[in-house]
Amino acid sequence: MRVTFTVNGREQSADDVWEGESLLYVLRERLGLPGSKNACEQGECGSCTVYLDGTPVCACLVAAGQAEGRQVRTVEGLADGDRLDPVQEAFVECGAVQCGFCTPGLIVQAHDLIERVERPSDAEIREALAGNLCRCTGYEKILDAVRLAAERKAVTR
Amino acid sequence: MDFLRPTTWEEALAAKADRPGAVPIQGGTDVMVEINFDVHRPEALLDLNRVAELRTWTLGEGSYRVGAGVPYARIIEELREPLPGLAQASRTVGSPQIRNRGSVGGNLGAASPAGDSHPPLLAAGAVIEVESRDRGVRMIPADQFYLGVKRSALEPDELIRAVHLDAAPGPQYFSKVGTRNAMVIAVCSFAVALHPGERRVGTGLGSAAPTPRRALEAEDFLSRELDWDARLDPGVLRRFGELCARAASPIDDVRGTADYRRHAIGVMARRTLTWAWNDYRGKRAA
Repeated sequence: MRVTFTVNGREQSADDVWEGESLLYVLRERLGLPGSKNACEQGECGSCTVYLDGTPVCACLVAAGQAEGRQVRTVEGLADGDRLDPVQEAFVECGAVQCGFCTPGLIVQAHDLIERVERPSDAEIREALAGNLCRCTGYEKILDAVRLAAERKAVTR
Repeated sequence: MDFLRPTTWEEALAAKADRPGAVPIQGGTDVMVEINFDVHRPEALLDLNRVAELRTWTLGEGSYRVGAGVPYARIIEELREPLPGLAQASRTVGSPQIRNRGSVGGNLGAASPAGDSHPPLLAAGAVIEVESRDRGVRMIPADQFYLGVKRSALEPDELIRAVHLDAAPGPQYFSKVGTRNAMVIAVCSFAVALHPGERRVGTGLGSAAPTPRRALEAEDFLSRELDWDARLDPGVLRRFGELCARAASPIDDVRGTADYRRHAIGVMARRTLTWAWNDYRGKRAA
């Protein structure tokens, strides 16, 4: 089947999509957007987190056909041209990246948190990121990055 | 495989009647896992996301009608005061991303004994509204809905439309044992709901038997022995825990042993009843 939806502000179509295929597969393999990572395929790890109509979801659990006509925003759609999003900048500055596999999902999820919550508490950050697994390192630098991004965002609000 | 995309409830019922083998998909948090892992390849997917009414809830005469597709995140946000037991259970589901997509309707459709929403539905006496094109609406009490492991009273041509729950007439609590706080499937779980007007306490056991179930003997015991005007008697509390544990018929599996589950059900039963009772007595004293 053909599936058409808006990705990062641009309408895109994919053809010959299998009916059981996930949105994640369409993004990565058919639309050339490999930012969202494919790891667990069961919603446990969060590395495929994308916005679907403004809500963060695991793209591996959205059937491609369910995205028809809807708005998808991936990690590739956060930066403004060459200017990184403040969450991305904070991850770079704080060294919150090791192998980088979990990073895109964490960034989308953290992006949503600081959009919704001004100066989130540590408990709120932990809860918001509870579905994003990092297997390289601890989460301390990731927490640092989210705190930094939230603080900068709060100042410019 | 076909992908069916009804936009109204009537279209959805027609699609299910014509294709009883089609698997309804809402948030995809169970259905897509099975497809991704090739556990199950249905002849068709019936996408219910476009049936907008399933994502709404309404209040009529003290009773809430929660559409089958209302995601957990919205139950937590919008219904935690009137439906505290269900909201507490919803908070323990998966992760934020899962709670943004998963729904009570999907939990009921999957009918896993470990589903988090089942115990509070049982304790509160929820009623499940299902419908088919040819035979109309059936209202199924939650304690008649679960028939076996991942088997429910839903017929192949029926869809789950909504869940009906009274605004909580008294305190409600949910408790869940898992190996960590987030992203955890229940080792076992327990819900309690006080119904002060009826001088009755409702219960729900999760992941402790082939189906979610009430602890009926324990409920009867409290109906006889609980003094609603006094502090909770330690002997009554202990016996309640024992009877709830006895209602379980758990198995040994990767998540825990049967003995552990039985024990944990007793502990959670005592704890949740104590919390609920403290709230109830506190409110009356205030």
